[in-house]
Amino acid sequence: MMMVLSMAGLLAGPPTEEVNTTGLAVTDDTVTVGQLHSATGTMAISETGSIQAEQLAIDQINAMGGVLGRQIEVIKEDGASDWPTFAEKAKKLLVSDKVGTVFGCWTSASRKAVLPVFEKENGMLYYPTFYEGLEQSKNVIYTGQEATQQIIAGLDWIAEEKDAKTFYLIGSDYIWPRTSNKIARKHIENVLGGKVVGEEYYALGHTQFGSLINKIKLKKPDVIYAIVVGGSNVSFYKQLKAAGITSEKQTLLTISVTEDEVLGIGGENLVGFYSAMKYFQSLDNENNKAFVAAFKEKYGEDAVIGDVTQAAYLGPWLWKAAVEKAGSFDIDKIAEVSPDIELTTAPEGYVKIHPNHHLWSKLRIGQWGEDGQAEVLYESELIEPDPFPEGYQ
Amino acid sequence: MGDYTAEELQSIFIMQGFSGLSLFSVLLLMGLGLALIFGQMGVINMAHGEFMALGAYTVYLCSNITEQFFPAFTPYYFVITILVAFVVCGLLGAFVEWLLIRHLYHRPLDTLLATWGLSLILQQTYRSIFGAREVSPRLPDWLMGSFTYGDVDIPINGVFVLGLSVIVTGSLVYFIYKSRFGLKLRSTVQNRSMSGAVGINTVKVDRLAFALGCGIAGIAGAAFTTIGSTGPDSGSRYIVDAFLVVVSGGAASLLGTVGSAFGIAQAQSILEFFLEGTKGKVATLLVIVVVLMIRPQGLFPSKVRSH
Repeated sequence: MMMVLSMAGLLAGPPTEEVNTTGLAVTDDTVTVGQLHSATGTMAISETGSIQAEQLAIDQINAMGGVLGRQIEVIKEDGASDWPTFAEKAKKLLVSDKVGTVFGCWTSASRKAVLPVFEKENGMLYYPTFYEGLEQSKNVIYTGQEATQQIIAGLDWIAEEKDAKTFYLIGSDYIWPRTSNKIARKHIENVLGGKVVGEEYYALGHTQFGSLINKIKLKKPDVIYAIVVGGSNVSFYKQLKAAGITSEKQTLLTISVTEDEVLGIGGENLVGFYSAMKYFQSLDNENNKAFVAAFKEKYGEDAVIGDVTQAAYLGPWLWKAAVEKAGSFDIDKIAEVSPDIELTTAPEGYVKIHPNHHLWSKLRIGQWGEDGQAEVLYESELIEPDPFPEGYQ
Repeated sequence: MGDYTAEELQSIFIMQGFSGLSLFSVLLLMGLGLALIFGQMGVINMAHGEFMALGAYTVYLCSNITEQFFPAFTPYYFVITILVAFVVCGLLGAFVEWLLIRHLYHRPLDTLLATWGLSLILQQTYRSIFGAREVSPRLPDWLMGSFTYGDVDIPINGVFVLGLSVIVTGSLVYFIYKSRFGLKLRSTVQNRSMSGAVGINTVKVDRLAFALGCGIAGIAGAAFTTIGSTGPDSGSRYIVDAFLVVVSGGAASLLGTVGSAFGIAQAQSILEFFLEGTKGKVATLLVIVVVLMIRPQGLFPSKVRSH
């Protein structure tokens, strides 16, 4: 009996009062974290993958013995696609549950809603979505790409590869597509010396693109640059195909279509079009093969993994690395040690946290096939995150 | 538009005209079932969009079944599936009428609340069964191309939806104004107790009319799978446009629904072409607001004395 106890003592991590000086929900053998996504409502479509990936990472970490000898427990809250609800639930997690660290949010609107809560209550949010940039906080680690990482290298590639001079920018009407297209326009006009022949936005949920398609036919751009999201995506690509605008006649580059969206759009409606992302499920490396296999084992053979899902998977691992480096669950210490933390086991390959709390990452261009998977045609060098790009505002 | 040749402009003009027609047929299909239920029965069916979504999900299910068990049948299943969607939605409509609506005929505002509740129940049911992700059925290849004449591409799915809406509208008009049942329906609408007195089974008429309206919603939903995807919340997106069409057309008149669908579609299509997307929509809604300020009864108000 004594033997067993002392063994357990050996295996356990450092004493709780050492690793938790700020009254977080940490016991001698558990640490509680929060998870805050939309499990219901319109965003559930997108956020389900992130919820699954974060849970998978947490399960794997627990199977390896947890963090600082403590098993991770999760309190799941549902933001219900409603931004005030996100803020409310964030407060509940940080104040009542004392979790400190939260994996969550998807849309920029939800992140903007919880940001003041995280800054006031000093929590740490691991945010997985590629987004428009123009933000940096001590209390957020951005595991997706900011806009310049996703946009500039992609435009450079398409301009060179397709000798593209004219671009038609299309987006859903909210902050991310508008900010991204602003960056794209500056880059096209000032750096590539090209021309933007059209730029327009359609309300979220818009399903009739007939007039737009006619304008595209009239202006004959070298490249359609599309940032359409949600249900509109499906209508947009189906109608492009029905109007005879296919990859044989038209180059199209998007930054809003991942494997998740393709599931709804149908690979046959996208064949030959390009996406610019940091991650594709088809990436050919050992980390990714293991990740895809584990994901499918847990969530079924038909499960698909998109860019954001992979970025969400990084969250718990980056947090674990930070906690172990700091030797503490305290948020201030995690924030302090996070810069320069590297992850060599990421499915997307090597990533490193920048002092601005975004990740150094690569950009890839994938070309969609009928089966809903992308063939990766191009891979950039590691790109430095630059959430406040000069000359692009 | 000085840089374009006359031929280019001509073909754009034709395609743009068709895109307006195509939007017209979509709006018309959305509005018809609602107009029947709202206009003829005075029931505000907030769950109309969910019936459309049910039609779309029916197509999705049939498409999966066909692909799995009768792959050879794939090119043809779609047409039959539309009928299946009609029947499924009609049956659910009849059930809902029996369970809910028949108790509320004299309380139109309560039907609004009840059917809104129903729409929430249905949305959550779809989410539980089909998941939160949007789905779309695999469509037969013949639906996905376009007819091409020189520079002009006319999408086949647009033609299909247009044809379908013409058939559905035609049948509905025939049904209401020429058939025996239509006669009973119109008489019930005008004077329920008198109709009962002359031996019309008004309970049955109500149930059939409601079922028919829901069935048409199912057809609309099925047709929309050719242009968009379906998620648990799709219905709430449809319902706004559907009410827009019915209300600005004059609630009680089918002709009004046709007219306003045409007007809204052309306005939106043209404005979107010359302005950009969001601005086009804003301009369209402004036009509707002005129309309703001038004619609060809608474009083509019913001449029937209200009861």
